[in-house]
Amino acid sequence: MNTTWSRFNITSITLGFAFLYLPIVLLVVFSFNESKLVTVWGGFSTKWYVSLFHNQGLMDAAWVTIRVGLISATVATVLGTMGALALTRYTRFRGRVLFSGMIFAPLVMPDVITGLSLLLLFVAIGMDRGMTTVILAHITFTMCFVAVVVQSRLVSFDRSLEEAAMDLGAPPVKTFFQITLPVILPAIVSGWMLAFTLSLDDLVIASFASGPGATTLPMKIYSQVRLGVTPEINAACTILIAIVTVGVIIASVANKRREVQRQLDERAAQRG
Amino acid sequence: MKSLGSIRRDFAPWNDPNAKPYIQFDNVTKKFGDFTAVNNLSLTIFEREFFALLGASGCGKSTLLRMLAGFEEPTAGRILLDGQDLRGIPPYRRPVNMMFQSYALFPHMTVEKNIAFGLKQEGMAKPDIEKRVADMLKLVKLERFAKRKPHQLSGGQRQRVALARSVAKRPKVLLLDEPLGALDKKLREETQFELMDLQQELGLTFVVVTHDQEEAMTMADRIAIMDKGEVMQVATPPEVYEAPTSRFVAHFVGNVNMFEGKVAEQSANTTRITGPSGAQIVVENGGANAKADANIVFAIRPEKIRVSSKKPADAVNALEGEVYDIAYLGDMTVYHVRLDDGQIVRASALNAARVTEDPLTWNDRAWVSFRPDAGVVLAR
Repeated sequence: MNTTWSRFNITSITLGFAFLYLPIVLLVVFSFNESKLVTVWGGFSTKWYVSLFHNQGLMDAAWVTIRVGLISATVATVLGTMGALALTRYTRFRGRVLFSGMIFAPLVMPDVITGLSLLLLFVAIGMDRGMTTVILAHITFTMCFVAVVVQSRLVSFDRSLEEAAMDLGAPPVKTFFQITLPVILPAIVSGWMLAFTLSLDDLVIASFASGPGATTLPMKIYSQVRLGVTPEINAACTILIAIVTVGVIIASVANKRREVQRQLDERAAQRG
Repeated sequence: MKSLGSIRRDFAPWNDPNAKPYIQFDNVTKKFGDFTAVNNLSLTIFEREFFALLGASGCGKSTLLRMLAGFEEPTAGRILLDGQDLRGIPPYRRPVNMMFQSYALFPHMTVEKNIAFGLKQEGMAKPDIEKRVADMLKLVKLERFAKRKPHQLSGGQRQRVALARSVAKRPKVLLLDEPLGALDKKLREETQFELMDLQQELGLTFVVVTHDQEEAMTMADRIAIMDKGEVMQVATPPEVYEAPTSRFVAHFVGNVNMFEGKVAEQSANTTRITGPSGAQIVVENGGANAKADANIVFAIRPEKIRVSSKKPADAVNALEGEVYDIAYLGDMTVYHVRLDDGQIVRASALNAARVTEDPLTWNDRAWVSFRPDAGVVLAR
């Protein structure tokens, strides 16, 4: 492998990262802007963060978003895990290919279509739109992501673990909770985190499914931006980015540590 | 400790017509869709027996074991354990435990917890569990590793944890699916003897599935040789080797020379066989059930054939040919002799002396000779 830093490599990496991160860097920088004008630098200040916490509308929206995210991610994780289990375990039922295709179709379905069809459904059954409908909509579209993550883990799951548990006297339900679930738990947790993140930043589907009194943070930000970007919004977005970044860093460091520890253990075991 | 020999020498319940069978397969058939994995199979295993199911992969031996464990139900026939019909009893209520080929250790539990798992399911009291786990760890010499997780163990240690876990509940029968398959050769040989000692110590009935004939021969009291879902022969290791009842078994276990022929003449205890080229072989015993003029096969093991440059004066059966190939293996030498009718005969000679008196080399004329009781006549 060529490991030297050629001029071409440096250029392409710089351009690539600039493309990805320049807008975000700008946003973060301007959230600390003293000036009220978004694009003119007027000195360093944290006043927008202070005023953000006094903006009741944004705080309410953030609270709605968090509740929607927690509930929908949790329900989607339960349903998605069950779906993944059914699809990997019962391989002989009629129409299995159709079902597995159908559970993954929403992955590629445009959000507008998902949102619109859910709206039509809620109207047709006469359901008042509000937080409940947003939660239902988010469960619907995040469930298949959870199913994909969990299914990929289940494919490599050694079924003899379950057989061993049953052989040792554990009935099927006990086997599931004491053996299967703990072993696939990391996949379920990442499925949950994925669902939570997707729910947090969804704008399109929430706009269709939401009603009065259930404005999510992305919806709130979007509607405010239409009246003009304020540094307050920049601050709100910076906080969101910080939360996500910290989450990702913690998850990957923990993962890396576990992996390294595991390798060390295995090497130690081989030595005796 | 009492030596294994004193126990095993007299252990032969299969020869006792009054012995009560412990495990019984009665006309068991198992089909997966169109594929018949086990075909109308009947088999009897006795208490405290070390029984081996030997066969190539796909012969149905693992299916047989899984039916005994309860992971598969027979399509037809029944399985009895200690007089009880096992049909419909789920794996978690059967008094048998299994050691899996992959070991199937629970990765999120320590060695200790793995071993205690089955005991907890039984609802055993905590102090009793602790005592039993300690006993098991001692039995497999893993006391120091109680708090380790499976990935912190070497292959041999994992194998012993799996073994300890499967015997912890004191099952009536221990099923072992290729128990030594994942170990390297040296460790495998040591572990074979450990398993035999363990079986005697615990007084359990072992049913082991293996594709390794040496493993089966070393460990088992009796071996069932399987092919295409059927049992070809059930016998003790020496019987399987010295008195195979079919070409398949003769071929499957060890090396063998086969001579096609016809029964030319049969008397009370000898059978005269004529080969296709007219060569004659005289066989004592073994040929009793072959009818005159029937097409049969005469099977003889390489170590029972003598190779010499001159025809031995006292030889009843001697065939002439040419040394075609020689493999010197140190402890013995294997000769391939091409007989004058074209058949190649494999003969092995133990190198008991450092220098052979009758050195043979490539393309030498040679005689292969054997005693009339050295081989068997196979009708099928």
